[in-house]
Amino acid sequence: MTRVVLVDDHGLFRSGVRAELGHRVEVVGEAEDVRPAITLITQTRPDVVLLDVHLPGGGGQAVIEAIKPHLPDVRFLALSASDAPEDVIAVIRAGARGYVTKTISTDELADAIGRVASGDAVFSHRLAGFVLDAFAAMPGAEAGKPSFDPELDQLTAREREVLRLIAQGYTYKEIAKELYISVKTVETHVSSVLRKLQLSSRHQLTKWAAERRL
Amino acid sequence: MQQVNRHEPFRVRHQARGPLRRDPGDRLAGGVASGVAAWRGFNPTSVRIMFALIAVVTSGTGVMLYVAGWLLIPARDEDTSIGARARNDAKGIALAIGLSTLLTLVLLIAGVFNDGWFAGWAWPQVFSLAGLTLIWRNAPADEQASLRRLVEPLEAAAGATTNGARSAIRLTVAGLLLLTGVIFLASAHESLALLRPLGAVALVVAAIVLFLGPWWLRIARDLVVERQARIRAEERADIAAKVHDSVLQTLALIQRRADDPSKVVQLARIQERELRDWLFEGKAPGESDPTSTLATAVRQIQQDVEARYGIPVEAVTVGDCDLDDNLAALLAAAREATINAAKWSGASVISLFAEVGPAEVEVVVRDRGKGFDPAAVPADRKGLAESIHGRMARRGGTATVTSAHGEGTKVTLRMSRAAQASRA
Repeated sequence: MTRVVLVDDHGLFRSGVRAELGHRVEVVGEAEDVRPAITLITQTRPDVVLLDVHLPGGGGQAVIEAIKPHLPDVRFLALSASDAPEDVIAVIRAGARGYVTKTISTDELADAIGRVASGDAVFSHRLAGFVLDAFAAMPGAEAGKPSFDPELDQLTAREREVLRLIAQGYTYKEIAKELYISVKTVETHVSSVLRKLQLSSRHQLTKWAAERRL
Repeated sequence: MQQVNRHEPFRVRHQARGPLRRDPGDRLAGGVASGVAAWRGFNPTSVRIMFALIAVVTSGTGVMLYVAGWLLIPARDEDTSIGARARNDAKGIALAIGLSTLLTLVLLIAGVFNDGWFAGWAWPQVFSLAGLTLIWRNAPADEQASLRRLVEPLEAAAGATTNGARSAIRLTVAGLLLLTGVIFLASAHESLALLRPLGAVALVVAAIVLFLGPWWLRIARDLVVERQARIRAEERADIAAKVHDSVLQTLALIQRRADDPSKVVQLARIQERELRDWLFEGKAPGESDPTSTLATAVRQIQQDVEARYGIPVEAVTVGDCDLDDNLAALLAAAREATINAAKWSGASVISLFAEVGPAEVEVVVRDRGKGFDPAAVPADRKGLAESIHGRMARRGGTATVTSAHGEGTKVTLRMSRAAQASRA
């Protein structure tokens, strides 16, 4: 069974998730703050950390940044209730394998945890929208500024298509059917988008996030 | 500053014509002037200037009247005046009588040497002193602080040495100037020079400024600090009122509808959206949404459908642009499609996706509901034919409806963009 650590500053939310997921995953610990979370994760070495984007003492980002170098096998699934795009993108770029909103159903959440545990990426419809927006705004077309790595700064047509369908609420299975490809290929596309998101030139994404704030 | 907020149960508002009450929130000494101003609807500053003029013209009798007002007019939040409380304060009365007797004696002696001139303007101050003593003993703590502020320059004069060399120098210079001025004034009537009394007056004024200047500055600063604190308090009351109107009300509603999960979800989502708008978009709850751009218009559709049909709409917008007539038609069609999905599909959630591309805008409305056979819809059914297809066609756009029984419905709307800059 997937071993899960919950990190969220709302006790009510933690106990709710624990109760709902109780029999599908093994919740090995809970933390409500950055430092206790780091200690707990280091001790328990879970498969997946369910991580709130907004945490006192640095945000979910800080937890990922502290854990990643030592325990690269621990995977993070970010979730939040209030998702300012720049915060979400920041957590993803720090290394989270996916992002879902707290309004997600229990089935979908369990599914997402399983997916992250097996190394895939999980994009909610909202994150897909953010990413499309970010890459649309990131000009490979911006004249005079050669991209550091054009491969990383642009999405392929297929990746865009997959993201658009996710943003329209399609499941991976439905996407596979719609595009006549296998679910595994869909997962590959999503993972590739995630990689681009995490590795592409920081400058552009930061700029996009700053513009979004206005 | 006093903004009317109809949701506001927290603050008592100033009435232009309430009973006469002193205003402890806006005062220089006892709040009498602002109280009178609020009572008659005047500007407090003008009333203060009037009080000061009367005090000067009546050679001090006005001060006595002011003290009487302080003593007899209750403060705004209290029902008894300080005077009423002072009646039971036997020790205070004795102290007041003692102090006034002392002052009377001093004044009598001084009067003997000054042909009554000094005593003439000072007599009302005997009563003022008695009044202030009673106020001092019976006023609430914050008014005592205000009184202390009034007495401060005298304390400073008395304890000049303890306040350091600088204020000692200041007081000495002030004293010298005052002395010079008084000497000039005293000798003025024997002199024919017109400039001399003017110079003397200037010297006296300079002395007074030196003597009282720091105290005035302090008062001005205190007033600024007080005003800032009041603004902060008002802001907090404002936020409290907003949270009360939105979040607390919704929580109360949710508690009452706890047995109806779909209603609870609906309430929670409406509240979530409102709170998000307020926290991240700076839009006050209840404020109407100006649908000036595509993204706000899409959000508006989402809100309206969720509020009216209680079905969650997951809206995602990529890019944004200003609206024109064509895009308004596109949005109207999108709204119709979303409402159709909410009404007929039976799906638990509807997706609303809008993407602003360089050449065209695409909106996709999708549900996983029961679906229908588009070919089997009678041509006279207005919703689909007119509201969606017709609307789009007239503006040069396209509408594609994909649906089959048991497989949900997908409505894709496309409209090319007029030449305008993208706001992506």
